[in-house]
Amino acid sequence: MELLLNIFQMIVETSIDVLPIVSIIFGFQFFVIRKPIPNLKRVITGFVYVLVGLSLFLLGLEQALFPLGRLMADQLTNPAFIYGDIAAVPNVIHWADYYWVYLFAFAIGFSTTIAEPSLIAVAIKANEVSAGAISVWGLRRAVALGVAVGITLGSFRIVTGLPIHYFIISGYVVVVIQTFFAPKMIVPLAYDSGGVTTSTVTVPLVAALGLGLAETVPGRNVLIDGFGLIAFASLFPIMSVMAYAQISEFMAKRSNKI
Amino acid sequence: MQQAIFALLKSMLGSLRDLLPIILVIGFFQAVVLQQPIPGFMNIIIGTLFIVSGLTFFIYGLEMGLFPIGESMANAFARKGSVMWLLIFAFCLGFGTTVAEPALIAVAEEASEIAAMGGMINNNVEAMENYADGLRFSVAFAVGFAIVIGVLRILKGWSIQYMIMGGYVLVVLMTSIAPREIIGIAYDSGGVTTSTITVPLVTALGVGLASSIKGRNPMTDGFGLIAFASLTPMIFVMAYGMVI
Repeated sequence: MELLLNIFQMIVETSIDVLPIVSIIFGFQFFVIRKPIPNLKRVITGFVYVLVGLSLFLLGLEQALFPLGRLMADQLTNPAFIYGDIAAVPNVIHWADYYWVYLFAFAIGFSTTIAEPSLIAVAIKANEVSAGAISVWGLRRAVALGVAVGITLGSFRIVTGLPIHYFIISGYVVVVIQTFFAPKMIVPLAYDSGGVTTSTVTVPLVAALGLGLAETVPGRNVLIDGFGLIAFASLFPIMSVMAYAQISEFMAKRSNKI
Repeated sequence: MQQAIFALLKSMLGSLRDLLPIILVIGFFQAVVLQQPIPGFMNIIIGTLFIVSGLTFFIYGLEMGLFPIGESMANAFARKGSVMWLLIFAFCLGFGTTVAEPALIAVAEEASEIAAMGGMINNNVEAMENYADGLRFSVAFAVGFAIVIGVLRILKGWSIQYMIMGGYVLVVLMTSIAPREIIGIAYDSGGVTTSTITVPLVTALGVGLASSIKGRNPMTDGFGLIAFASLTPMIFVMAYGMVI
């Protein structure tokens, strides 16, 4: 009974979140375009599916994944876990002591990105538009790898306390250089994949990791160092997607020669 | 009927496969590294079932509802030929979907706490609320602006590289003069703005526009709207931090 109530409440909440988009779409459709929507019934059914699907998805995340993920981020960043004993915590920490944190950051970055619904949407569209040249799974793996590297590097930054803009600005330089060498077809999609990745699944888990680290690493300020992981997670996929296209192009050229 | 059930089962299996990496990662770290008992095991099983069926429904609905409407609207605007209305629509879509975004509201509230602690604003509830609202509206305005610029780019066929690079240069320049407390939030705000429903809609809009305008390639011109939407909030938030 309580479960049904939860589902119902979640659907209501999601509907309220979606309301502005729906009213903009239908407002413009009726007052500006003034033409009936083709397959109206099918479109509305589709919207209902999206709504129900998103509600169930969020409910499941809150029930199963988020509490566990947050708990794990807390446990892994706890100095008592990292040094085996709270009394063994040294005054000056060494960045390499946090190896489990980096491994977790990498793994959770990769796996949450694979499950990200908006990335699935963009990958389906890219596959369709490129007439199959870009595979759904290839793109998703490339983006996930980028997020994984980004979040690992972001955790390293929080542990060492280096200023965030050094990393982001050098990242920009790499992106600019890559842009000149990457196949023209991939560039806009690569830029898009940066913004797409950080959404429903990734943001809450990654934010928990960042805040856990900033709270427990000595000398870090939660308010200043807790932010910034998302920025890493949206910059590195741009590089990995361009690299993926460059490597595929290179492989195709080589196999043509033989 | 049997076929429909088979198709549903097949897509649920696909969703399960999407989720499998997370299950493996969490399982490995719990069992091998942390070695702590998992609290509420039953809840986790039920929650996982919800996630799998939710993802299945979402992807079904995506191809039935969100993609077609985004594309049909793009086509209708292209045929109507009114650039003004198209740009107004683009702005509303960007602004309207961002201003109510729960993730953004949460980030704006946290940011106002930082600002109050850092002495940038008065440390009272009213000043903090004003600051959070100001931040939220600047991000929403930035996203609206970004979609307008992105749509204009598709219409005119401008090349995306130089625009994004120009944006980067602006971000770098502003980073050097913006107050330190705002930088982390500004960088993050680019990522949090794009929600699960906005992304498919905006992508369909861009691809639809590029395919219905002559001389535009949906692959090179259709994508890129999201890229603008994650770049401009950084610039606008740092500008907001400097003005206040």
